[in-house]
Parts: sequence; C-alpha cells; structure tokens
Amino acid sequence: MTEEEKLNHFNSLIERDEKIEPKDWMPEAYRKTVLRQMTQHAHSEVIGMQPEGNWVLRAPTLRAKKILLAKIQDEGGHGLYLYSAAETLGMDRSEMIEQLHEGKAKYSHIFNYPTLNWADIGAIGWLVDGAAIVNQVSLQRTSYGPYARAMVRICKEESFHQRQGYEIMATMMNGTTAQKDMAQDAMNRWWWPSLMMFGPSDKDSWHTQESMHWKIKRASNDDLRQKFIDKTVDQAYVIGLTVPDKDLKFNETTKHWEIGDINWDEFWNVVKGNGLCNHKRISHHIQYHNEGKWVRQAVMSYSEKMNAIQTAASI
Amino acid sequence: MTTKIELYNFVLRLADDNLILAQRLAEWCSCGPILEEDLAMTNISLDLLGQAEDFYEYASELNGEKSEDELAFLRSEREYYNHLLVEQPNGDFACTMLRQMLYSTYAKFLYEALLNSRDEKLVALATKGLKEVKYHFRHSSEWIIRFGKGTKESNERTKNALVELWRFTSDLFEMNETDKVLITSGISFSLRDIYPLWKAEISNVLEEAGLEIPNSENNIIGGINGIHTEYLGHLLSEMQFLQRAYPGAKW
Ligand SMILES: [Fe+2]
Ligand SMILES: [Fe+2]
Ligand SMILES: [Fe+2]
Repeated sequence: MTEEEKLNHFNSLIERDEKIEPKDWMPEAYRKTVLRQMTQHAHSEVIGMQPEGNWVLRAPTLRAKKILLAKIQDEGGHGLYLYSAAETLGMDRSEMIEQLHEGKAKYSHIFNYPTLNWADIGAIGWLVDGAAIVNQVSLQRTSYGPYARAMVRICKEESFHQRQGYEIMATMMNGTTAQKDMAQDAMNRWWWPSLMMFGPSDKDSWHTQESMHWKIKRASNDDLRQKFIDKTVDQAYVIGLTVPDKDLKFNETTKHWEIGDINWDEFWNVVKGNGLCNHKRISHHIQYHNEGKWVRQAVMSYSEKMNAIQTAASI
Repeated sequence: MTTKIELYNFVLRLADDNLILAQRLAEWCSCGPILEEDLAMTNISLDLLGQAEDFYEYASELNGEKSEDELAFLRSEREYYNHLLVEQPNGDFACTMLRQMLYSTYAKFLYEALLNSRDEKLVALATKGLKEVKYHFRHSSEWIIRFGKGTKESNERTKNALVELWRFTSDLFEMNETDKVLITSGISFSLRDIYPLWKAEISNVLEEAGLEIPNSENNIIGGINGIHTEYLGHLLSEMQFLQRAYPGAKW
C-alpha cells in the first residue's frame, strides 16, 4: 500500500467507528497523541496513590482502612493496565517513568493538592474519582482499541471508588460539628480543582479539535464538566454540603446547573509547578524508584542465573 | 466458662499481630520497588487486616462491652499483645520480606495447630487465615531466595536483615499464664511444639537462598505481656490519631 492508501484506510476505520489496533498503520501524530494521553493517564493513577496513601495509616476504623487500601490498590492496578496498554504503542514502562521524572510526561494537576483531613479522602473519592469517571466513561469509546478496553475494565471499579468517597462525606455530615466542618472544608478545597480536571474550556484548547477528529476524545471538556456538575450538585445538597460558588444557579430552561467563573490562573499556576505538592509527588516517586533499583537488579540477576542453570541442564 | 478471660487475651494477641503487621505493610503503599510489588504488599496487608477484623470481632464478642474498633484503636501501648517482630520498622525491602517470611511461617504452623482447638470459632478463623498465610509465606520466601542468590548487594542486605530481626524470633514462642490455662482446657497448645517445625522451615528457605540462620541465641521477650520496643508507641499514635482526637465520633 502507498502512504496515501494507508492513510485512507486509517481514516475509514475512524469514520466507521472501528478501533485502531496496535498492528494497524497509524499516522505518527495519532500515535504520539494517544501515547501522550495514555502515559499521562497511567502516571495520574500512580501519582494519585500518594495523596490517598497520606491517610491510610491514619484511617479511623478497620473498615475504613480496608476500603481505602483496596481503593488505592485499584488505582495502582489501573496504572498497570494503562502502562501495558500504552506499551503497545512502542515505548516501555521504564522510559515512561523516566519521562515522568524528567518532567516530560505529565499527570493530572489534581494530585498536587494536599490531603489535609480525613474528609479529603471522602472528597477525593466522591469528586476526583467522580470527575474521572465521567471522563473515563466517555473514553470507553475512544478510537485506540487497547485504551478503550482498559477504560471498560477501569470503569467497572470506579463506581465503587465514588461511592466509598460519598459515603465518607455523608457519614461526616451526619456526625459531630467538627466532622461537618472538616467535610465542608474538604468540599471548599476540592470542588473547583475537580472542575478543572476536565481541562480548559474547548474554545481555548487546540488539542481538542485534533483529538475529536480522530475520535481519541469523544466529548468536549465543557460537556463532560457539565455532566459532572449536574450529577454532583444534587448529591452535595442531599447531605447538606454547600457548593462553594456564590454564582451557582439552576437554569430552568436548559435544566442545567450554571457555575461561576473557574479560576484558570490557579489551574495554570498548579500545572506550572506551584501547587503545594508538585515537588513532593515527583521527588517521592523518584526516591522510591531509585531505592528499588537494587531489588530490580536482584530480580534480573537471579533470573539470568536460573536461565543459565536450565540451559546447562538441557544441553 | 473459667477460661473466658484467657481466651479473650489470646484472641487479642492474634488480632494485634495481624493489625500491627498490616499497618507496617501499608507503609509501603506508593513506596514499593516496582508497582507490581507495591500492590502485592497491599494485598498482604489487606489479608492481614481482614484477619485482624475477624479476631477483633471475636474478642469483642468475648468482651461483651467494647467494639472491634475500640479494641483496635483505643487501647494503650501496654495493652497490645502483638509480638515484637511485627512492630519492627520496615527497613529496606529485604528486611520487610524477611520479617514477613519469619512471621508467616510462624502463623502457618500456629493456625495449623489451632485447627485442633476445642474452640470452634478459633478453628474457623484459623482455617480461613491458613490459606492466606500460606500464600504470604510463599511470596516472601521466594523473595528471600531471589535475594540470597541475586546480587552481592541483595545477598548482603538480606544477611543484615537476618541479624537485625533474628533477635526477635524467640519472642514468637514465648508463653504466659494465658497459654497455661488454654493448653489445659484444650483450646490452645504449647508453642514449643511448633518451634522445631518453624525452625526447620526457615532453615530450608535460607539454605535454598544460600544463607544461614544466625547462631546467636536470643532471648528478647515481651510482646505477649504488653512490653514492647519503642517503635510500637509511634505506630499507635499515628494509627489512633482520629479516634483519639475526636472521642465518640462515628466514621
Ligand atoms: Fe483515579
Ligand atoms: Fe483509577
Ligand atoms: Fe478511582
């Protein structure tokens, strides 16, 4: 096939809503975009273990500790599937990790915020996972096959994540004054950053156009954000939490909640490295990756020795 | 029943071992040498937490007043009966895996012996726990063998871990009044019976790893009598923080 025929074939697959598979020819720009998005997603799952891990040793009950640990373990598992799905595009995990450490690969800005009280664990499950689910449900239809399948698997686990987070918030809103204050404080700190997780408004995002055309992205940032707002505002009211937005109002005609202006300066400031935890998240990852080096070397050396013994025995 | 208080103390001992070791393993969360192993340690931690929960539930039933969470989170340092080994700091990954191997081997023989207990509930809990600790034993012993035969560094680190942790192994077989009463009533058994089994199993693994049991005799004991190393208090103050800071709150 000529280059042109290959491109035509690729375009027709996209047009017919069929999946692009690793062995298929794809434009270099497509490969790069999907790879960037998948590694960023994988890193987010893994870096996201840190803010929640910050409370695992302080979880208040046996049940809460079990649920939180299991939840963090799921996120690590999501990281694993996504790394292996991304590897189908020709980069191995160690290189992805290197790029993370060098700042060439990103992770979600949300994990640069600190978890300051137990209600933050509730807020992360309810709001952060809640926002992630909206995005991931839409990505189940993404055009790259391995990514779409990873999303299907991940979405099955995510609804438990959101439920456990909401349950923590609801329990605290039902508790003592101190607990209610913690829950509202967490709501105040996590609400806006969660809305920012969907990314800047589509008018300002040039990535969106290209990604929509290739069906990597299946819905616009603003549409996904609106979906999240509509389901979450009601949930907040039910348990007595105040949404920290004085301009929030329900539009009777469109049947949507309308929010005030998002402070995109804050978002860009965090993305650029000025969140409270940017440095900590990366240096933590680097530190433990480096500390594990001797373990990985031992594994290699052991398996080489065992292979040598096997080979010798079979001669 | 005259053995009720002893049974309660014994069940707490089992619960505490599981909880404290689970808490130690949870410290590895996001700090593992590779992601797969991060998740494996969380897995073991979750198993142990589940066992702890079961034993606390039983203890709470025997106690009649305190809930599982009150038992787990609201006792003082002197009221925890876990062994000294499980409260020791994680150290490096070799140290954590060695601690796991030493403990899981012990738990395996302990649960096996408890299958013959006259207390049905203990039999049920031991049966459930046994499957899990067998897996923990396999997982940790494979790492010890890999390290023993891996690189010079991994071998060295495992040797150091052995020196560090071996001193807390005789504590695992220490017995007190509780054991005396429970042995007489057929609920428990003499830990001396399982010591040779434990030692033989450990020797096997170490031999396969090309390592040796330290020949230093050790006699540091205290855990089951509520006398601990200084590490436990710090672990508890972190673990108990919310329960202590907000008395009476429901979570
Ligand atoms: Fe997530
Ligand atoms: Fe996830
Ligand atoms: Fe999640």
